[in-house]
Amino acid sequence: MSRPAPTTASVAAAFLVKDLRVELRTLQSVPAMLLFATTVFVIFRFGLDRTRLDGGLAAGVLVVTILFAALLAINRIFVAEREQGGFEALRLAPADGAALFLAKAAALLVHLAILELFALPAFWLFFLEDGAGLVPLLPVLLLLDVALAVTGALIAPMATHSRARDLIGPLVLLPLLVPALIAAAAAGRHLLAAAGPSYEMYGTWLGLLGLYDLIFLLVGWAAFDFLLED
Amino acid sequence: MSEPATEPAAPALRAAGLCLAYGERWVLRDLDLELAAGGTLAVLGPNGAGKSTLLRIVATLLRPTEGSVEVLGAALPREAWRLRGRIGFLGHQPLLYRDLDARENLAFHGRLFGLPGGGAERAAELLEQVGLSARADARVEEMSAGMVRRLAVCRALLHEPDLLVLDEPLANLDPAAAAAVAPLLGPEPGRTRIVVSHDVEAALADADRVLGLERDGTVAFECAAAGIDPDRARAIYSERAGAVA
Amino acid sequence: MKPSTLTTLALLTALLVGAGFALVFFWAPNEADQGFIQKIFYLHVPLAIVALGGFIVGGIHAIRHLRSGDPVHDARSYVSIHASVIFGVAVLVTGMVWAKASWGRWWVWEEPTLVSFLIVFLLYCTYYPLRYAIEDRERQARYASVFAITAGAFVPLNFMAVRAAESLVHPRTFGTVEGGLPADMWVAFLVCLAGIALLWVTLVSFELTAKRTSAQLSRLRRSLIEGGTWREPPGVGGRIAPRGAGTGR
Repeated sequence: MSRPAPTTASVAAAFLVKDLRVELRTLQSVPAMLLFATTVFVIFRFGLDRTRLDGGLAAGVLVVTILFAALLAINRIFVAEREQGGFEALRLAPADGAALFLAKAAALLVHLAILELFALPAFWLFFLEDGAGLVPLLPVLLLLDVALAVTGALIAPMATHSRARDLIGPLVLLPLLVPALIAAAAAGRHLLAAAGPSYEMYGTWLGLLGLYDLIFLLVGWAAFDFLLED
Repeated sequence: MSEPATEPAAPALRAAGLCLAYGERWVLRDLDLELAAGGTLAVLGPNGAGKSTLLRIVATLLRPTEGSVEVLGAALPREAWRLRGRIGFLGHQPLLYRDLDARENLAFHGRLFGLPGGGAERAAELLEQVGLSARADARVEEMSAGMVRRLAVCRALLHEPDLLVLDEPLANLDPAAAAAVAPLLGPEPGRTRIVVSHDVEAALADADRVLGLERDGTVAFECAAAGIDPDRARAIYSERAGAVA
Repeated sequence: MKPSTLTTLALLTALLVGAGFALVFFWAPNEADQGFIQKIFYLHVPLAIVALGGFIVGGIHAIRHLRSGDPVHDARSYVSIHASVIFGVAVLVTGMVWAKASWGRWWVWEEPTLVSFLIVFLLYCTYYPLRYAIEDRERQARYASVFAITAGAFVPLNFMAVRAAESLVHPRTFGTVEGGLPADMWVAFLVCLAGIALLWVTLVSFELTAKRTSAQLSRLRRSLIEGGTWREPPGVGGRIAPRGAGTGR
């Protein structure tokens, strides 16, 4: 009568596959993020009145653009679960709540990776003299994406269940993400320096981002079940 | 604690002094009931009497404000985890993703419940039984309300639950579809059911116990289904009934 | 807490804070470089330490709330964070006054501790809109606790990040003050710290008592109005109602 409960990994995979399939079919988030990021680049070009960027300014524009594009995806990531019953289905099933957290973080990570696949070349084309700094920047961006994904997956369900859904997510996430942004922007400042990439404190920033990712991954894993109860 | 559902005498469903409030409004008050394993409880009552709320409590989706509830030997809400995977819930929401097709939705739920092979065979069988085989590739958003309901029935039965929690299971179904679906949801040995229905005769016909709720969430009657006069059962729907003297 | 205990606590706080300030103004020597204005240190630093400690206490109560489900812990978590946010305003104001006196500007980004504190303060300010945007009280309490734990984990990370960002570019300015404090300054500082900590405890106790009392009062009023047929709705005792709850929409 009782069958073995599914593993956390298999439930997470079910949600992730579902999310990616729906995104592929409806193209609700990624194209919007891409369009948004490109437009933000244009806005920075005029807002800063610069046609070429380097150092801190280049890193700041890139990191802030990724952050704002991520907020678009984060705002949407749990809406289908609330409106179409995913939260309830999960609570009826013998599955671990952490699976949903992991699946959503992974889905956000995929969204951000695809965004960057297009946005980084665009950034290079628009603003950079020399793209050499972008390669060592990739690990930094990956760890930043993980930070955006885990904090997004942790805060978004709270926002989704609130009266002011679109407001609460960004409001809480922006200050929460400041340490990750500090690290990513500081690493980028040296890597995108006009004189060519320098690796000053590169390890420190990667370590700090990794620590940030790890801590909020653990908090999300431990606390997520409490966000699912009714 | 004791083993669940091994003692034949243990009721599948027991509530004592059950109350539920939304904010400061009481939706259910002082509900006592008991249902033997394998039995069927029919829940009757006008709109807003708390029928759906009761079903959501039994399905572990809502926690009671006061009182105790025991479902299949698990005390709620503390032991709700023991019921996960044992309940087939059919509420107002189909719990289906609009952008997935019928087969994908069932495969998703199959994996959620850890069915071997994602429950593909069982899903195909159920789709056949409710007459959706030909539309297995249709997305939910393209389906009519009746088709969505039939798919939701498949979803609720996919993991062969021990307890069926059905909120107006035949709503939105035309007579032919209802005839196809009804036997799937009917009484079966070893399967306990709790059913909300507005069709008093039909509900009483295959129920063992019947619970009538008043408009204010209090209990009008709770007795054996055989012992109740259908007219009395129907009286709770009249306007006066909710007004307490 | 009983009224007599509260009164004792309040008197003790007044005594200790008074003693601390007396020591600061009449006993501790003027700091050589900064002169009289450095005395704000005895207010600013204890306030910051107590506020951060209060945030951590709020996180610990939040963990206890999630583990036990007891709304009392949620109320304690809320009140701890609330008192610390109020202290946080005072930290930022005193910090700005000190910055103006020392560097001639009301805000300096080169001072990592103050900048970190600003970021922590901004995060904790979002506790209120998050909390009050969730209508169901039980859910509200749970989400507030998850937030309090998340934010508690954030505090040390944030200090590390801000300090790392500033350390190579600018030498530490305040570090010298804290590091090489003479003994009489230390005594005054510790008395002030104890006084401010006790002030925090008093404020938290007052607010918790006030919440409990007003909940009891509304319960009594309702049972009077409804002539005994009314039943106590859930979540009155010790829980925090959203603003405007009960006034109807």
